[in-house]
Amino acid sequence: MTTTIAPSRTAQNPLTAGQLPPWAPWGLLGVSLLIGAAIAGLIAGASGSDFSVVIVGLVGFVLYLVSVTVVSQLIEGGRKAADRLVTGLVVGAFLLALIPLISLIVTVVVNGAARFDLQFFTWTMRNIVGEGGGVLHAIVGTVLVTLWAAIISVPVGIFTAIYLVEYGRGALAKAITFFVDVMTGIPSIVAGLFAYALFALFAGEGVRSGLGGAVALSLLMIPTVVRSTEEMLKLVPNDLREASLALGVPKWLTIAKVVLPTALAGIVTGVTLAIARVIGETAPLLIIAGFTTNMNYNVFDGRMMTLPVFAYNQYISPGVQEQAYFDRAWSAALVLILIVMILNIGARVIAHFFAPKSGR
Amino acid sequence: MSKRIEINDLDIYYGAFKAVEGVSIDIEPRAVTAFIGPSGCGKSTVLRSLNRMHEVIAGAYVDGEVLLDGANLYGPGVDPVNVRRQIGMVFQRPNPFPTMTIRENVLAGVLLNNRRMSRSDQDDLVERSLRGANLWNEVKDRLGVPGSGLSGGQQQRLCIARAIAVSPDVLLMDEPCSALDPISTLAIEDLIEELKTEYTIVIVTHNMQQASRVSDKTAFFNIAGTGKPGKLIEFDETAKIFSNPSVQSTEDYVSGRFG
Repeated sequence: MTTTIAPSRTAQNPLTAGQLPPWAPWGLLGVSLLIGAAIAGLIAGASGSDFSVVIVGLVGFVLYLVSVTVVSQLIEGGRKAADRLVTGLVVGAFLLALIPLISLIVTVVVNGAARFDLQFFTWTMRNIVGEGGGVLHAIVGTVLVTLWAAIISVPVGIFTAIYLVEYGRGALAKAITFFVDVMTGIPSIVAGLFAYALFALFAGEGVRSGLGGAVALSLLMIPTVVRSTEEMLKLVPNDLREASLALGVPKWLTIAKVVLPTALAGIVTGVTLAIARVIGETAPLLIIAGFTTNMNYNVFDGRMMTLPVFAYNQYISPGVQEQAYFDRAWSAALVLILIVMILNIGARVIAHFFAPKSGR
Repeated sequence: MSKRIEINDLDIYYGAFKAVEGVSIDIEPRAVTAFIGPSGCGKSTVLRSLNRMHEVIAGAYVDGEVLLDGANLYGPGVDPVNVRRQIGMVFQRPNPFPTMTIRENVLAGVLLNNRRMSRSDQDDLVERSLRGANLWNEVKDRLGVPGSGLSGGQQQRLCIARAIAVSPDVLLMDEPCSALDPISTLAIEDLIEELKTEYTIVIVTHNMQQASRVSDKTAFFNIAGTGKPGKLIEFDETAKIFSNPSVQSTEDYVSGRFG
């Protein structure tokens, strides 16, 4: 009778390597931050200045990077150590980038909440001196000017992109691509001056109108729409175009009924982001749309207030009751941020519903 | 419903590059003609030139003539759109339209051309085309789901249904089974066998067993070297090409001794 002895399970598995326990990086981070806090406290005590959170963060971050790399190098080896170092750097950069964003939102919300009331959304600034008043005229102005900017630039932008992707060959297409790139870099104040010069030709010096603002904004918007639509159209597989052409469908119908619907979600997202990009423009509107305290529903005639210009105007020329003007400026900024946020969410919802279904 | 194609001394160019030289083939109606040959020898190019799909690539043009029952596809004033309405095509990779349901995919030739058709006619056409492509029983309960949700083999049969729904005279197939598993390939080959009673079929394939199984006539293309134009080496009955070819290089290729 023979007995077979099973190979020992406890033998060293050649695939294993040293591993830090999951809590180790967090422990190191805590210790690093404590040391940072101690150093910051010492500095504060020695110099008599305030306790600095910046020093805590900076010293803690550097200490953490050094310690986690060294510890990991000793226990886990070089590849893991490099991984932990780079992970630390990337997360650090991410947190650094978040600081201004969060700080901006908190500041605007805190300061804007003071006048974020019903009157603010239902009143204009007509005959208001000092407290009270609202931004209804500026909201209407921003919506109308941006709407007209979109009406002008979306067709131009999408048709340009269709030409570039589906038809454009040779020198003309190259020239258009080049000039679209140049347009991307136009300073917004130049766009405003252009719109003013254009409208002054027809309506004389000193012209102000919402449509002029829309023209200025569309100059800034068209290159963004062209670029994003172009990218989306290029993503449509050539297989689909060939399938449609092989069915005897003319090229223009192929583009209208196969290529555009397939790319629709991306195009809508791109257009919305372009709108969000120009809705906060101040300089061109300051020149051509001007500012007013009155409601103006007519984009073709007369000055038209917009939210960014309203915020600027309230801040730059406060009356006797300064605080009322500053509060209105902050609230207007908050309203603008909310509008942009709603646009972005809207774009995502639309993209979700228009995206080609996988069916699985 | 099915028409004869005559290719007379056809040269195909991509810009300055001559891709195919001196091809002359008579393609019989109600029969399957297979194009075989190594990669890059121009067999797909010749196939695409039969419904002017090669013109999608900028700078492509041909010299010579292709006659569809005597009418030159490359004659002056010929609209490629009209050519493609009579000569359908199935591609290597299944490409149903992702924005459309199965039903809409079958009707694509009608819907995309803005042609009016009554609801009941549409239903008839969908059923007839899907039955023609042996897909009806698998999808009849879910015509409203997106076509991209089907398996690869089902998608390819959906593409065939889409191609035959516009009732073409000729059906061109560019390696229709190269992305499919053997079971789906068998389904497509059975389908080709059925379709040839109604259509002129031209198929490009890399699979020589497939060519010998499904085709009545076979054309062998070859290329002298990179940068040189592809040429038609031999065109004959499939049985003869695979058993007793008259050119040595054909025999080398079909028996696997090529290169």
